[in-house]
Amino acid sequence: MKGCIHSRKFFYSKHILWRKKLCGFLFTALLAMAVLGGCADGTGESSGDNPYMGSGEVPLDSGSAQVSGDGTQDGDTSAEESTSEESAAETDQNRQETPDEKYGGSIVVGIQQDIDSLDPHKATAAGTKEILFNIFEGLVKPDENGNLINAVASDYTISEDGLVYTFTLREGVKFHNGNAVTAEDVKYSLERVSGLLDGTPLISTLSVIQAVDIIDEQTVQVTVGSANTELIYSFVAAIIPAGSGEAEGADPVGTGPFSFVSYEPLKGITMAKNPDYWQEGLPYLDSVEFKIMGDGDTSLMELQGGTIDFYAYLTDSQAQALQDSHQVISSPTNMVQALFLNNAVEPLNDVRVRQAICYALDKEAINDFVAGGNGTLISSAMMPTLKEYYVDLNDTYGTTANVEKAKELMADAGYADGFDMEIAIVSSYEFHMQTGEVIVEQLKNIGINATIKGMDNGTWLDEVYNGRQFDATITALTCDMTPGYLMNRFQTDSKKNFINFQSPEYDEIYLKAQAALDPAEKAGYYKELQRILCDEAGSAFIQTPANMTAISRRLAGYKFYPVYVQDMSTVYIVE
Amino acid sequence: MKKENGKKWNKYLYAGIVMTGIAVVLGIVGFFWTPYSTTAMSAAEKFSAPSLRHPFGTDNFGRDIFSRVMRGLGATMLISSLVVFFSGLAGILLGAVTGYFGGILDEVVMRITDALNGFPSILLTLVIISLLGTGRQNVIISMSLVFIPSFVRIVRGEFIRLRDADYIRRARMMEVGKFRILFVHILPNVFSVFWVSVMIGFNNAILAESGMSYLGIGVQPPDASLGNMLSDAQGYLQSAPWCALAPGLTIVWLVLGFSLFSEGIRRRASAAGV
Amino acid sequence: MKYLGKKIITLIMTLFLVSAAAFLAFQIIPGDVVASILGTEATPEREEALREELGFNDPPLVRYGKWAAGVLRGDLGVSYRYSKNMNEMMPVAELIGDKLPVTLWLAALSLALIILVSIPLGVLWAKSRSHALDAVLGVITQATMAVPSFFLGILVTWLFGILLKWFAPGGYVGYRENFWGFLSYLLFPAISIALPKIAMTARFLRNSMLTEMGADYVRTAYSKGCSRKRVMYGHVLRNAMMPVITFLGMIVAEIVAGSIVVEQVFGLPGIGRLLISSISTRDFPVVEILILYITFVVIFVYFLVDILYKVVDPRIS
Repeated sequence: MKGCIHSRKFFYSKHILWRKKLCGFLFTALLAMAVLGGCADGTGESSGDNPYMGSGEVPLDSGSAQVSGDGTQDGDTSAEESTSEESAAETDQNRQETPDEKYGGSIVVGIQQDIDSLDPHKATAAGTKEILFNIFEGLVKPDENGNLINAVASDYTISEDGLVYTFTLREGVKFHNGNAVTAEDVKYSLERVSGLLDGTPLISTLSVIQAVDIIDEQTVQVTVGSANTELIYSFVAAIIPAGSGEAEGADPVGTGPFSFVSYEPLKGITMAKNPDYWQEGLPYLDSVEFKIMGDGDTSLMELQGGTIDFYAYLTDSQAQALQDSHQVISSPTNMVQALFLNNAVEPLNDVRVRQAICYALDKEAINDFVAGGNGTLISSAMMPTLKEYYVDLNDTYGTTANVEKAKELMADAGYADGFDMEIAIVSSYEFHMQTGEVIVEQLKNIGINATIKGMDNGTWLDEVYNGRQFDATITALTCDMTPGYLMNRFQTDSKKNFINFQSPEYDEIYLKAQAALDPAEKAGYYKELQRILCDEAGSAFIQTPANMTAISRRLAGYKFYPVYVQDMSTVYIVE
Repeated sequence: MKKENGKKWNKYLYAGIVMTGIAVVLGIVGFFWTPYSTTAMSAAEKFSAPSLRHPFGTDNFGRDIFSRVMRGLGATMLISSLVVFFSGLAGILLGAVTGYFGGILDEVVMRITDALNGFPSILLTLVIISLLGTGRQNVIISMSLVFIPSFVRIVRGEFIRLRDADYIRRARMMEVGKFRILFVHILPNVFSVFWVSVMIGFNNAILAESGMSYLGIGVQPPDASLGNMLSDAQGYLQSAPWCALAPGLTIVWLVLGFSLFSEGIRRRASAAGV
Repeated sequence: MKYLGKKIITLIMTLFLVSAAAFLAFQIIPGDVVASILGTEATPEREEALREELGFNDPPLVRYGKWAAGVLRGDLGVSYRYSKNMNEMMPVAELIGDKLPVTLWLAALSLALIILVSIPLGVLWAKSRSHALDAVLGVITQATMAVPSFFLGILVTWLFGILLKWFAPGGYVGYRENFWGFLSYLLFPAISIALPKIAMTARFLRNSMLTEMGADYVRTAYSKGCSRKRVMYGHVLRNAMMPVITFLGMIVAEIVAGSIVVEQVFGLPGIGRLLISSISTRDFPVVEILILYITFVVIFVYFLVDILYKVVDPRIS
């Protein structure tokens, strides 16, 4: 009874099976890493001044994986400017191949968990959304640098007051069923996700939409209730044919580079090339099969045997084993792993105790033991991939243990002899479980007798996340590319503030950040928020884990995104 | 069947006592002392192959597997003993009452045990654990519940057989109290059969406990148990097979030793009886 | 006839009890499918809409009643978690129908192995006059019975998969794609399930035969001049097989339960794996049907054994 389909099982299922955890493993269907959150994709600011983010280190291992280039051919995207330098560098290499050699063929991509829904507006699992990225597109979409590029829309403007969004539709975009995308389709899709259609918003950030008006055949105007500079990232929501959500039947139909072919529960999903795709020349592959592994070690064997060509979220030991036979590439994830502390229970309600815990952790050791040293250590609630917003606070508590200081704080707080503490962890998340084992050992040094309480995801959601009945828990937060979503949860009254963090100062600055219409000002506030969270030791932030991906040597062109996306449109077969 | 011709000690008993004895000694010592800490981690000694320093090697956290096996043995045996104790006790009470008095209560208890019997015990434990949560106490509670029906059946059967025996009829005529009849007159005569099921039960409990820990619903890491060590080790089967072989073979050793022991006892008893 | 009626009533009662208990358990365990589907993304509106959609706003008794009425009509319901396509949820019958062959073939293969190996082995053992063979078989079978199935699965993977490379662990092939590939992959999990049972059955048969060989009718048969062979196979084995049949019946029940674990170890997409994952995602309709199915199979096999017994030996009443 563990497991959990709706979130992503992240790396590290270590055993063949059921591993500990029936959970998971049971259940297998084990799935899920506990990614909390996940909302809109896309990052940076639409004005194009966003710095290059995240995927820079991508092909660590050679020139065989191309970084960018093909994906941004469309000249009118704002992101193009910011990435043009890299593109130029890469294009030479790409040109060595004549174009037609790149076309054709099919590949099999291993994925960890089953699809939770084929309806792009209803899918919540990160593992589902990253695959549906190939089938569906929004008015805008993220690129591999974490910038937004235009997709179904060819252009858009936002009014001064931030309340009116006007989208111009791209000419010639067709659904997989052959019909051209019309303003009607866009209106329908946006009304569906915002709840205007039937009162149930499917994407909560878009529930601020008050009206969707068709100005002319190529123009749609969206009016929102309150200004928010991050809202544009939510327009990555899929555009689907008008009326399709309720009645269309068998096939999910979108505008993406691949069209849906078939889906079998517990087995996988197959997609075929969309010959009418609006980005000239893409995709290269004729078809892609996403095959559900359900288990990390099966995937190792399948990679070695060649039955799958591609697999992300490898464990450290799997990555080692594949080093010689595959391209193994490490890329940063957009997650924040932490030992979350319930600020409302004794003795964790004492800031000194929480700080003592932060001092007691040896994050470098954790990284070495559980992530092979590939993680990025952090002390704030933001991932370094959001460069513009992230502030490095590792000096506050250090990255190795400071037991002296921690003991001092414990004594000050009146807990010189320590106390008992329970750490709730979803058992199927091998990565978090192992982190927990290391932390339990480290906390012994300051007298805290911590024990791990493994549970399945359903129980975790019920007791920990929604019920807030816990001392501490280890999980990871993500926000895709909208930092506001991460910061929002630590407001005193936020429904998502499962750690019961309380700081009037934080609340105040958060409101200021939301009101700010200038991106730089907003980033400044967000940095301040991170500092408060760190100084108050709201929780003990640990690391941004690395995503190790194995790619068959016969493939090239894969682009890593700093958001949850597995974009197959630029992949081609080299041999 | 080849007769063990009345020898007091047979090979089974001898081998069983030696194997079980070693396991019990290691397990008990493991509660108080182990060569290395069972939880201390060492990055330098990750995945050391078996050597003089670490007879069973070390695991992914550089922990000494031999020490963890000792501690795990103790945990497994303690949990199994408690499970057999509690479920055996409940089995005696329920079996005695239902077997002796019969009636509605008997009907109800038997229907429930029937239903439980038709239901894989692993599933039942799973369901109970998801109600109670993971952890040592809950493992003991849920396993005890699952083990009760088999004891009830055995004890009930014996009580039904004995309740009409002459000496019991006589006791009833002499107006001996009901509970005195149950527990003083009948119970001692049930024990010979009951012991056999206790031995089988103990072995099953060892397998069930390690199975549950293997599935992650038993003893929680970083505390060592044979089952959770095995499950952790499975991911390193290729690179560090000793991590899985050590706890796995230890379970086999323990179960084998104990079944040889009970087989030996059985043979001795039947030899003596013939 | 009366006997049959009684058995059927017991079967129905048991199924009812089991389904009610599973329903009750799902009411009590923390977390429900709505939370599980929406995860940390839940908004009150979506939760409410989903609750309504799944009929969770009815009182528990009504929900159980609706479910039970559906099952009685032959409608097993639809999964909460697996969608067939964009708008339709996967019917439970279809979902299970797809996984069932994997588990059934695994059970069939295991049972075949058990019968093919344990019966000749048991006979050989009973006939053997060699102390050495007797001792060796005694020790081997004792030891085999002491290996828990999950460890045996790991050992088989390590020995045949990693060391000898006779099969690729995790290289499962679907029965539709390549049936022989499918069977040859299943062989190894089947060995993991069968080995301990082979040891048990062989021991059981041997003991049963030794008991029979000491019986009076055997002496009578010999004295009437029957050949040893004829006595052995015509009388002893036949009579000794009867308790073995009962024993095999119990083993079938155990194979069904044992395959739940072994499917996990070998990554087989059978009903065991589906069951575990469905419990974890609180996919109640799938769990209920699977539990009922497993209970039914177990009880039914016991029942068959009972009948078989009566047919083979009319003396038993």
